[in-house]
Amino acid sequence: MQRHFDEELRKMNAELLRMASLAESAIHKSIEALKNRDREAAEAVIEDDRKIDELELTIEERAIDLLALHQPMAGDLRFITTGMKVNAELERIADLAVNIAQRVIELVDKPLLKQLIDIPKLTDIARKMVKNAINSFLKRDEGLAKEVILSDPKADGLRNLIYDELINDYLCKDGTASLRAVPLLLITRYLERICDHATNIAEDVIYMVSARVVKHHSEKLRNGR
Amino acid sequence: MEAEIKVSNLYAYFGSICALRGINISIKEKVVTAVIGPSGCGKSTFIRCINRLHEVVPEAKLSGEVLLGGKDIYSADADPILIRRKIGMVFQRPNPFPALSIYDNVAAGLKLNGIKRKNDLDGIVERSLKMSALWGEVKDKLNASGVSLSGGQQQRLCIARALAVAPEVILFDEPCSALDPISTGKIEELLFQLKKNYTIIIVTHNMQQAARVSDYTAFFLLGELVEFDKTQDIFTKPKDNRTEDYITGRFG
Repeated sequence: MQRHFDEELRKMNAELLRMASLAESAIHKSIEALKNRDREAAEAVIEDDRKIDELELTIEERAIDLLALHQPMAGDLRFITTGMKVNAELERIADLAVNIAQRVIELVDKPLLKQLIDIPKLTDIARKMVKNAINSFLKRDEGLAKEVILSDPKADGLRNLIYDELINDYLCKDGTASLRAVPLLLITRYLERICDHATNIAEDVIYMVSARVVKHHSEKLRNGR
Repeated sequence: MEAEIKVSNLYAYFGSICALRGINISIKEKVVTAVIGPSGCGKSTFIRCINRLHEVVPEAKLSGEVLLGGKDIYSADADPILIRRKIGMVFQRPNPFPALSIYDNVAAGLKLNGIKRKNDLDGIVERSLKMSALWGEVKDKLNASGVSLSGGQQQRLCIARALAVAPEVILFDEPCSALDPISTGKIEELLFQLKKNYTIIIVTHNMQQAARVSDYTAFFLLGELVEFDKTQDIFTKPKDNRTEDYITGRFG
């Protein structure tokens, strides 16, 4: 049976997709600004966050309307409540991209501490995780959501590697490097947090698809249970 | 918790039409069990089998077993009148006896059962009207006609009438479908109070009502029990796709 409600769900889907693409693009642009030492590009990321904040409110309002007016049940209910959480996670991801851009602005006047190798690698992982997480939501793809959760330890490993290098090779050896090393440490931390938010989305997607709660138990998933 | 009502392999027919096909269900005592399903799925027939009302329809037949507290209500020595006293019923449309006062509506069942002393009757009538949350509204006009009350009040009067004969189980067949939201809210609130002392089964077309008032929900389709589970599981993560399709409105 055709339901008017499905049309409303499609609209929410489309808005979340747009939100995800804005958030992913913010991550990309903030790291490009770091690579190119481009203050204007970093400022544009901060400026563009307003659009994401507005979209977050639009999606939240739509979800509340759907709950109030349609009183959804079962799979529909899980879709909308998950959509609300995904919305909040994407907004946090975009805020972390803003944090990266703020650190970039602190760095642009100073000579680069070292060539950037692992931070771009971590960025690629983060962007891929965000993209796959949102796709798993839109396609209700539990397999893809699991893939996202399973790739989080890789991001954690890379973060530890970058921390080690920045701390042992630079901060410990030369105290004056801190003004250039600490922002890079923070950027690494932000990227790793983005991966955590993508993981949260994936965990919520598994609940939405299978009504199974894997939150706080993702080690079981990793061990193949 | 002990199962108050245990139904095994229940088949019900209207002439050659099979309305229930092998129902097996254990209904717990002192909880609210909602029965949902599209029109014609057999949910009303199901509860009418539980208090032996199905058999009063001409050409109606049934087979299978219905145990109340371990005793077969269809055994040869079971008295249908006694069964219906233990298992009360409230119907879709409020149906107070039109010629009787509010007081006599509640006392009617008691008088039939031989309770005649005014003191006893007064006590039970007052207690029943209090339990059905109507006492405050009618205590000063107990001699007024039952049908002078509003629809919602009449329905609570019918609940008081059912409670007066001290049943163990109360069956509600869409008790709110003819009531406005305020009266519906009062009846639903009443169900929360009543389940402390009674086993309640409610047939409803209103999914939100089933979700709000019941502890367990049974979904019937085409005379079969498709799914029976805790209400919160039925409405958030049903196991059967037919249940999902029905409660999300995709059915049909």
